[in-house]
Amino acid sequence: MKVKILYFASIREKLGRDAEDVELPPGVATIAGLRTHLRSRGGAWAEALAEGRLLRAALNQDMAQPAAAIKAGDEIAFFPPVTGG
Amino acid sequence: MKVSVQKEDFDLGAEVKAISANPKIGAVATFTGLVRDVAMTLEHYPGMTERAIAQIVEQARSRWQVMDCTVIHRYGKLRPNDQIVLVAVASAHRGDAFAACEFIMDYLKTQAPFWKKEQGADGARWVEAKATDDKAAERWK
Repeated sequence: MKVKILYFASIREKLGRDAEDVELPPGVATIAGLRTHLRSRGGAWAEALAEGRLLRAALNQDMAQPAAAIKAGDEIAFFPPVTGG
Repeated sequence: MKVSVQKEDFDLGAEVKAISANPKIGAVATFTGLVRDVAMTLEHYPGMTERAIAQIVEQARSRWQVMDCTVIHRYGKLRPNDQIVLVAVASAHRGDAFAACEFIMDYLKTQAPFWKKEQGADGARWVEAKATDDKAAERWK
């Protein structure tokens, strides 16, 4: 299945990209699963999405927990904790 | 109810006037956030940011009597003393206006996707989220 992934702020800078469309292998079914899958690319991906790093995720523009299920066509975003206001 | 995520500056007086017309309104509470000493760039998530703020305003409306409300948050390059954010809440009485205004600000700080990058003398750095902001939002639960 294909999903759209967006990256913001320090994550975007570390990865050198702000968006991509990704075809996911079977078995990647949650936000946490997607994060692990992207980490397996190694290099900047392993670092920016490292397990210990405090990250937030959004699913179709709503804040989402790691266990949230993803489906084809979803828009998923990864970013650091927010600092507006 | 107005939510705007914009590059442009805003006029506090004009925004307050715009939500004060109803003669049943007896109180307008406003909060204006300013850039302190360091120039910064504010990044956001177009679409989600507006949506997140609108949801926060809806939560405030379900808890307090809010007759009108305006939230404006800027993005892009900002300099010291620039205005960043405005929350203005109109109610019949001050209690609701004060509480809703503070609630919206506290939730905006922890829920709305904005990220500040400060441009210091020794280079640029992303601002870290503060635990005190999480605490401020927690107390409304």
